[in-house]
Amino acid sequence: MIHRLRLAELIDKLSRRECSAREAMAACLLQMDRVDSQVHAFLSVDRDNAMAQADAADRALASGVTHREKPLLGVPIALKDVLCHQGQPLNCSSKILGTFRSPYDATVVAKLKEAGATVFGRLNMDEFAMGSSTENSAFFTTLNPWDTSRIPGGSSGGCAASVAANECFASLGSDTGGSIRQPAALCGCVGMKPTYGRVSRYGLVAFASSLDQIGPFTKDVRDGAILLQAISGYDRRDSTSMREPVPEYTASLTGNLRGLKIGLAKEFMVGGLDPEVDAAVKRAVRHLESLGAEIVEVSLPHSDYAVATYYIIATAEASANLARFDGIRYGARVEGSDPFQLNSRTRGSGFGAEVKRRIILGTYVLSSGYYDAYYLRAQKVRTLIRQDFLKAFESVDAIVSPTTPTAAFKVGEKSGDPLQMYLSDIFTISCNLAGNCGISLPCGFTSSPKLPIGLQVLGKPFGEETMLRIAHAYEQSTPWHREVAPLG
Amino acid sequence: MEYEAVIGLETHVQLKTLSKMWCGCANEFGASPNSNVCPVCLGFPGVLPVANEQALRLTVLTGLLLNCSIPSRAKFDRKNYFYPDSAKNYQVTQYDQPSTREGWIDFESGGRLETVRITRAHLEEDVGKNVHFERCSGVDFNRAGVPLLEIVSEPEICSADMACDYLNALTDILVRGGISDCDMEKGMVRCDVNVSVRPKGSKALGAKIEIKNMNTFSGVRRALDYEIPRQIAAVQRGERLAQETRRWDDIGGITESMRSKEDAHDYRYFPEPDLMPFEPSDSWLAQVRAQVVELPLARKRRFMEQFQLPPSDAQALTDDDAAGNYFQRIVAGHRSPKTIANWVINNLKGKLAESGFSFGELQFPEVGIPQLVDLVEAGKISTTMAQEVFLEMFRTGELPGGIVERRGLSQVSDAGAIEALCRQVIEANPKSADDFRAGRGAALNFLKGQVMKLSKGKANPGVVGDVLERLLNG
Repeated sequence: MIHRLRLAELIDKLSRRECSAREAMAACLLQMDRVDSQVHAFLSVDRDNAMAQADAADRALASGVTHREKPLLGVPIALKDVLCHQGQPLNCSSKILGTFRSPYDATVVAKLKEAGATVFGRLNMDEFAMGSSTENSAFFTTLNPWDTSRIPGGSSGGCAASVAANECFASLGSDTGGSIRQPAALCGCVGMKPTYGRVSRYGLVAFASSLDQIGPFTKDVRDGAILLQAISGYDRRDSTSMREPVPEYTASLTGNLRGLKIGLAKEFMVGGLDPEVDAAVKRAVRHLESLGAEIVEVSLPHSDYAVATYYIIATAEASANLARFDGIRYGARVEGSDPFQLNSRTRGSGFGAEVKRRIILGTYVLSSGYYDAYYLRAQKVRTLIRQDFLKAFESVDAIVSPTTPTAAFKVGEKSGDPLQMYLSDIFTISCNLAGNCGISLPCGFTSSPKLPIGLQVLGKPFGEETMLRIAHAYEQSTPWHREVAPLG
Repeated sequence: MEYEAVIGLETHVQLKTLSKMWCGCANEFGASPNSNVCPVCLGFPGVLPVANEQALRLTVLTGLLLNCSIPSRAKFDRKNYFYPDSAKNYQVTQYDQPSTREGWIDFESGGRLETVRITRAHLEEDVGKNVHFERCSGVDFNRAGVPLLEIVSEPEICSADMACDYLNALTDILVRGGISDCDMEKGMVRCDVNVSVRPKGSKALGAKIEIKNMNTFSGVRRALDYEIPRQIAAVQRGERLAQETRRWDDIGGITESMRSKEDAHDYRYFPEPDLMPFEPSDSWLAQVRAQVVELPLARKRRFMEQFQLPPSDAQALTDDDAAGNYFQRIVAGHRSPKTIANWVINNLKGKLAESGFSFGELQFPEVGIPQLVDLVEAGKISTTMAQEVFLEMFRTGELPGGIVERRGLSQVSDAGAIEALCRQVIEANPKSADDFRAGRGAALNFLKGQVMKLSKGKANPGVVGDVLERLLNG
């Protein structure tokens, strides 16, 4: 049952030599063999490479290297298919990259390796991180370990499903508008989007550069703090990463909420919310109060514009970021009579419908004559949204809300209606626009079927410690995180 | 009706940095194809740009040399278009907040001092190079991501000659400032020419015709020599010229239409989210300011004023920066700068060229030439002898004073000693003496030569002439 251990528990066992890195990795692979044919979280796994890393970790452990020196020594951690892992396939769940393998490690991958982790697997996602269900993957849809007729959320659906199904001890995903927090909520695990600039984006295939941030999926909050510790910090390869010092995150997990003020945004308590989700979040708020926090109503007046603003800025940036997939230097290619035809044929057959929709939208909002009305205006609204948060954070230490309006929906339920799909990110999107941090953790279940409900805690910019402290105190005094998915 | 041309130039110059604009790959010409490349400059998935600080410095330095203002905040933007030589299919450039703006450049053209205003000089990245083979094409990305400065002039140039003078002055400044080697053969300078025509005296601008991607100044001249009469002829025929982009066909010697205004690209500029805006600090700017050098034209004018040099000498000492610097150092405080300039320009430069040495490798100390001039001016050695002393100084590094003394080359000016030699020569050449007395002046030169020979060249020729004349006439 090694695969069911939490990351922190595995570290304890490894350091006490009660299990080996090889056993930990093998347990994940065995669990994959058992459940992945139902969950479809992984696009591929290089088993030899994974076992070789595990063996190297065991040799290091045998030679006396401690977890003080290498905090993740021997811990298997899986990657969303949008993070570069040297020598491994990189597809972003798209056909357009063909047989591409990354020639280099993303900074977060290098940091995981430096910390001793066994980095493995390519986790399914919506193509180029565009979607909320993994139904936009060019390969297959990942299914929710709690109910395989349902989606796991997205875009990092594979990350959430693999952790919920205990196929890995943790995974790294990316969050542009909720792509970590939303699937974490729907799969009943912990997903964190750090502050923009907290974690280097070097080696993350860009969807929307000013919104993207890499973050961990874990089985509990402490594991999230441990992983955040390992991947945070300034990186000279990412000019948007910040020189902010990296605190000892696990030290903030005191279990004590006395003196903290937690905000409830009145704009987030609106119609369209599933009654069971609403009730669970309200119970969570009362619980936080019982733990000593003061609950304060705050206002984020421009929240109504967040989805529209997001879909202008994100698509504009994406239209440029995805221009490099042209079939000239790498990836799949469809030949043409000239480079222009080659380019349009390659992109025409290589990209899926949602990616094309967003590239066209992004191209449109940047076009001459429309720029001021769309892109420029969206940037101004983004500033207002950021100011809303900064103002709210003057009076509270964090803001809580549902992570998603509903629990996991059925496969196919929203895939024909992009706007409905976009609205599943309504509570998560503002955080990316404002650039602050957010975390989703389980706060209950729907009754029938039994599906996880997520509580979102939003922290100040670089306020991860307080955010983690709140999430951890709530989690440790509630039973939800101990629940295991039927396929887990 | 008479027509005039209105020309504006957009000059692209590769910056002289060790590495590329966004990555650590070498900025180097002539390496084998795709050898100076990495995931960043190949536009691989997941990479991010990191701005080259030296390129930012050189950009601001250019702004200072071109009298531009340096805004407190500059940013980068993405310019979107597809072309196989572009690794990302957008070019990172500075669109509405460039590093420098609103300057000017002074230069000489047609014997006049001209001023052309500079709209801006902004930083961007170069693209790769398409190479066409018999049955396929390739792209060499060595050049992709090389820092590129685009210097945009106001439309204030009015002829092909003036355009070339502007370009020469501009590249002189950039070379002098250490900003670019401006080596055309290596494609380090490329130029887009905007040209329109209008009735002379009119203030309105005609339809702007852009001629893209000229890579030699002679090409610019020839293209303008073709394009200006073409436009004037068209207008005179009553045609309305429309804004368009044209291509220069260097072999055919003509320009041809590439695309009209309707087909113009929509580049969809927007701020580059992967880079922070650049806000230079005062201390950073002070460091760049310390790199400002004297511009060629300013130096020429100063040499003419401060040292009373004729324009040709001042130009020669400006064109050759090292010679000018050397001249400046050795001339300090000397009463005959013109003579010192002559030695540097006429003698020293020639010997250096012949020997392959540079000014830094000179054997003799910097007092050498001033001392030589002093010896001549004090009448210690003749100018002829000075040439010989110079050559020896150049060869051995010994100072002129030492050479003259050691070899006993000191010129004899003592009238008594010279008179003895003159008497000896007159006695030995009675025929010539008689010729002179009979009014044949040329005979004096023969006698003078004999005296010089007898003195082994050390006699002061002026004194010899005087003494001979006195003796013969007396």
